[in-house]
Order: sequence, then structure tokens, then C-alpha cells
Amino acid sequence: MKFGIVTFPGSNCDYDAYRAVVDQLGAEATYLWHKSHELEGVDVVILPGGFSYGDYLRAGAIARFSPIMREVVAHARRGGPVLAICNGFQIACEAGLLPGALVRNAGMRFISDAVHLRVENESTMFTSQYEKGAVLRIPIAHGEGRYVADAATIARLQDDDRVVFRYCDAAGNLTGEANPNGSMRAIAGIVSDEGNVLGMMPHPERAVDPLLGPPDGLLLFESLLARTAV
Amino acid sequence: MKQHRVYRIAVQIIPRAGLLDPQGNTITGALHSLGFKHVKSVHVGRHIVIETEAPDALQAETAVQEMCEKLLANPVTEDFEITSAVPL
Repeated sequence: MKFGIVTFPGSNCDYDAYRAVVDQLGAEATYLWHKSHELEGVDVVILPGGFSYGDYLRAGAIARFSPIMREVVAHARRGGPVLAICNGFQIACEAGLLPGALVRNAGMRFISDAVHLRVENESTMFTSQYEKGAVLRIPIAHGEGRYVADAATIARLQDDDRVVFRYCDAAGNLTGEANPNGSMRAIAGIVSDEGNVLGMMPHPERAVDPLLGPPDGLLLFESLLARTAV
Repeated sequence: MKQHRVYRIAVQIIPRAGLLDPQGNTITGALHSLGFKHVKSVHVGRHIVIETEAPDALQAETAVQEMCEKLLANPVTEDFEITSAVPL
């Protein structure tokens, strides 16, 4: 199984994603340059975190016009898995791969911290190795991570079980204090209609090595690996 | 073929009404603390100035409308207003 990690000008988590996939997961990975028109036969595309194009206009607004994004969107339309993390989530929303938008944190501050997430849906290709309701500790680092969407979209995400992760406290409870950025319904991650695009603000690729804390993000990558092993 | 000329058009982009606007709220609070007690709300957006060639003002405005819908404003979170095209 081969992972392709897109590098935009301003991406800064592409290397972390590469190391998570190659060193911790033991899978193959390659970088995909933003100007490339070729996915090089990868099975999974990762849109990594960072500040693509300096967040000019809006976070992710310019990156979606990169040549590689045409290929990424086609890959997603074919049902190919796309893991969109942080700035990648913002880009995926701007590109129309996921509904809604990510706007300035309610508290106005950039937040770099480790937060708790509750696994809301363990039946996706990204979460099959987790237990439903499991509480994970995963880092966040964003200034514009407040998930918003219109009421109809929020209702549809809820009804179709497309909310994959919610911010919670250490015990798994949804509280106002545990929602770091004011996201609607404490949404931290969602999947697309077909379930093959996951967008999430927290960084699972930063939680894969026990040396740096609980490796709670590794099972996400292992879920993708397990899927193709079947 | 009609002669094209250059028009200047300004676009105001503001957060969608009803969406939490923490930046606007923070500034409202600062204005209150300065004594501007009558301020009800503040919203902070973007002001974009575009110079574009077009056969006439209407077509320049139509083009900018499309630019807003496709790129300049996020349809989920923002509203926009376009000023009349000014020939340069």
C-alpha cells in the first residue's frame, strides 16, 4: 500500500506524515508536489497540515487550484481514500470534497495543545481499528479550526453518521470547555458522503510514536492498512 | 467588436450574519471599554479592489460577481457586496 503526501508551498506537516507512514506504519510513501499532474499510483492521498499559500484569502482557498488537486479530486470521486489533516481539512472543504468550512477559533487564539477526541463512528475505513466511544489524545495546532456549516448540513452529517471525531474531556464527555475552538456540535472530524474522505483538525500523524506521548493516532493509519489487507 | 476598457470594482466581504464573529466581538468589547458604549456590533471582513477589462460596466460587474462566487468569498461563511464599476 502506497501513501502519497501532497506538498504545497507552506505545507509543514508533510514530513511528519511521511515519517508516520514509513517509520511507524511500515508502509510506502511518496511526496506529491503541488505542481504535479500525476498521483504516481498511490492508494491513499494525505493532504497534510501547514499554511499553504500563506493562508492568503482564506485557509485552503488557493491550494485547491493547485494542479495536483485536480488529480486528488478525481481520486476521491473514484472512491480513493483521502486523509485531510488540519490545513488539509480546510483545503478539502474549499475544494468541495467535504461540506462546511473552518473559520477563526472562537477564542481568537492559535491553539497548540493536546486534546481529547471521542471516536463517534468506528465503521469508517479510517477508524475500523478503534472502538466506538474510545477517547484519544491527539495534538491540535490551528488558528482556524472552528467547524461551521448550515443547519441542514449539520443535520445530514448527524443523520448519516458522518461525524467521526468529537472534542471531549478525558472521560469522553462533551463539554463546552473540552471544545477548544467552538466547533459546531464539537465536530473535530467528518467523512464525505461516500466515506472515503476524512477531514480532521487534530494531527494523528503527530501521535504515532510512544516517545512523544500516547500513540493514539497510529490506529487511524493501521485502519487504512487493514482495509486493503482484507 | 466593442472596445474594452478598464474598470475598477471594489468588493466587501463580511462574515455571514448570525455566525459567531469572535474578531468583531473582541473589537466591540474594546470600543465599549474606550467609552463608545453605544456600539451594538462590529464585523470585520475584507476589502478587495479589482481592476478588470470589460466591454462595459455591467459586464465588469457580472464578472466580479462570478469571481466572488467562485473564489473571493466562501459561500458557507461569508456574504459579499460589489460596488459599481468605475471606468479608469
